[in-house]
Amino acid sequence: MTDSTESTGHTAPKLRLGNDDGWAYAPAPESTDHVELRERYGLFIDGEFTDAADGRTFETANPATEEKIAEVALASDADVDRAVAAARRAYDEVWSQLAPRERGKYVYRIARVLQERSRELAITESLDGGKPIRESRDVDIPLAAAHFFYYAGWADKLDYAFPGRGARPLGVAGQVIPWNFPLLMAAWKIAPAIAAGNTVVLKPAETTPLTALKLAEIIRDAGLPPGVVNIVTGAGETGASVVQHQDVDKVAFTGSTEVGKLIRRALAGSGKHYTLELGGKAANLVFEDAAVDQAVEGIVNGIFFNQGHVCCAGSRLLVQESVADEVISKLKDRMETLIVGDPLDKNTDIGAINSRAQLDRIEEYLEIGEAEGAEPFQTSCPVPDRGYWCRPTLFLQASQSHRVVQEEIFGPVLAVQTFRTVDEGIAMANNTPYGLSGGVWSDKGAKAFRVTSRIRAGVLWANTYNKFDPTAPFGGYKESGIGREGGLAGLHAYLQPEQAA
Amino acid sequence: MSEQRPAAAAAAGRLPVLKTHKVYVGGKFPRSESGRFDRALAPDGTPIANICRCSRKDVRDAVTAARAAQAGWAGRTAYNRGQILYRIAEMLEGRSGQFEALLTAGGATSDEAAAEVQAAVDRLLHYAGWTDKFQQVFSSVNPVATSHFNFSILEAMGVIGVLAPASPLLGLVSSIAPAIAGGNTTVALVTGSQPLPAVTFGEVLNSSDVPGGVVNILTGRRDEMLAPLAAHRDVDALLLCSPDPDVARSAEIEAVHNLKRVAVRPHEDWTDVQSPYEITDLQEVKTTWHPIGS
Repeated sequence: MTDSTESTGHTAPKLRLGNDDGWAYAPAPESTDHVELRERYGLFIDGEFTDAADGRTFETANPATEEKIAEVALASDADVDRAVAAARRAYDEVWSQLAPRERGKYVYRIARVLQERSRELAITESLDGGKPIRESRDVDIPLAAAHFFYYAGWADKLDYAFPGRGARPLGVAGQVIPWNFPLLMAAWKIAPAIAAGNTVVLKPAETTPLTALKLAEIIRDAGLPPGVVNIVTGAGETGASVVQHQDVDKVAFTGSTEVGKLIRRALAGSGKHYTLELGGKAANLVFEDAAVDQAVEGIVNGIFFNQGHVCCAGSRLLVQESVADEVISKLKDRMETLIVGDPLDKNTDIGAINSRAQLDRIEEYLEIGEAEGAEPFQTSCPVPDRGYWCRPTLFLQASQSHRVVQEEIFGPVLAVQTFRTVDEGIAMANNTPYGLSGGVWSDKGAKAFRVTSRIRAGVLWANTYNKFDPTAPFGGYKESGIGREGGLAGLHAYLQPEQAA
Repeated sequence: MSEQRPAAAAAAGRLPVLKTHKVYVGGKFPRSESGRFDRALAPDGTPIANICRCSRKDVRDAVTAARAAQAGWAGRTAYNRGQILYRIAEMLEGRSGQFEALLTAGGATSDEAAAEVQAAVDRLLHYAGWTDKFQQVFSSVNPVATSHFNFSILEAMGVIGVLAPASPLLGLVSSIAPAIAGGNTTVALVTGSQPLPAVTFGEVLNSSDVPGGVVNILTGRRDEMLAPLAAHRDVDALLLCSPDPDVARSAEIEAVHNLKRVAVRPHEDWTDVQSPYEITDLQEVKTTWHPIGS
């Protein structure tokens, strides 16, 4: 687009790149010809792929085309029982008896094969979940491999995990993961658990089971003893069956705060261990002394990464009043260059919304935001005819009481508010029941340190956003969850210290 | 001393001045807003004092005081918090005789009472020394694979609701000291059969430079106070010191409202319940990323 009538006060003519000005990119789709996908996938229990006991299946589809990809076994209580029993047997008889160094070698093998099969996994991730291939290729898959590699090395060093104490594993872990980073979340769950000497039963999300099932193949091919990792596919009922199973010693859940509270309630008084990674409504604070162009890139990355299907997304922009016009004008310009479309196209910035249900939820919030009086802005880029899409969206003039400010939307929708003083910005950032993450943009180091230390959240990014690493603990304060994943803190989540002598 | 029985004292020729036992909230010693009382009893069932039977409103007032004090307390330097915990130990040592008398009145032998007071003093000293060390032992610089300076530190969870142990002095000190050493503030519910040492410990705190609201001590009945504390949305975590699993379970269910962190301590003997993990169990991990570049 070439029109520059926005009220920015800029007088010089500006060059803007957009989707309708002859600068369109030629399609650059990733080829899928070497990706082998089966028509049917079974449950991975005790080292083998099997059908569900009652034979039920569900379909997983490509959200960019709405076409079915494969049929997947739907695990019932009986199947979960079988998986937990296999995990218990493997824990008692094999995994807890194995020399730690040897246990670590198995985990290293998984990391290596993930790297070898990275391209296939990236394409599968984008086909099944809708995320842009650039992200699955450059973020999800390499980080998943890195998690296995990092935790593999801990296996024979657990004596150093708790200063002054020994450490021992918890037993069988029941794990339920979401659809936004399917393979990466499987890695976050499985890698520390098995490196620490536990065995696992993992339930992937209903809409994105395929990379977890490919991971099952990798685990089988890596020669892991049967039952150390079991993967049961299904929907919410299957997940409930996993986390409520009597013989599970540890529950790890990543998903909504609503479901997390149900799980927490079910675990009350059980004495079981648990980690919960739940929702967020993170503030991204831009101060008047920020490098504005960098901040705009950070805002875009904060909310539009992975279609905004990110629990730590910077979904609230808090911008200091004195620079608000400039930041918002540049942000709109930058948003106009974002390409929404084919997840397999290497030019795509924003892929498909993960499911019809999630798109409905996002669209409901678009109506709510407008009805509540926030001022919507949506880019003009074209979107494909089929599939689930949402253009990048702002709600300007949003108020603290608006639902689009208070509630997690989990889509490419950013609520924008302004503040005047540092203290006001911090107070607004903290005015939420969530506390997963936050961003601070300022070129003044002292201010950045002060603000990050005063935001009540588990992960703070100063002059960057949405960065992840296996060595860096991740997890929430307040209603964003309990416990950490990643780093030594993430290892603690799968160990207990020996009692002092 | 304060807990002499009136009849015995009168026989000695002087009518003693009896003490009104009040609660400790926000650095002050109010009575329960409810005006209600319970009786503290000697082991043989003889009433020895009236104590406050606190209400839900008292719990809420105490949480307000704890919240108001939290940022300031966490903002003190670790060195300063250490000095204040050391000061508590000094003041308790100086009042050993009074606490021994209270414990003896509760049924302890004089040897047991002396041992408990000494252990409580030593425990305070132990955690006084941790305030500027646990962060060094348990924080990390994380070697991330990108150009960032990345570190994880511990931060106080905030306001901790404490169901105090039955152990009248050592248990209370052992549960509160690690919480406040790490920058938290506390609301402690004292519901056991011997509330007088806890109430008197409030006086020690109040003369030890502990800012008002950092420790709040309420006496009364568990079934009236625990549920409102466990459900309170401005309480960040619970420390449940009870061997009864049903007590923990019901409090945990109330705590789900705002996903309070819950630590359960079922110990009846608190002699060995001392470690830096008592501090870290009431800390959050915060990871911060700063780019490294020009």
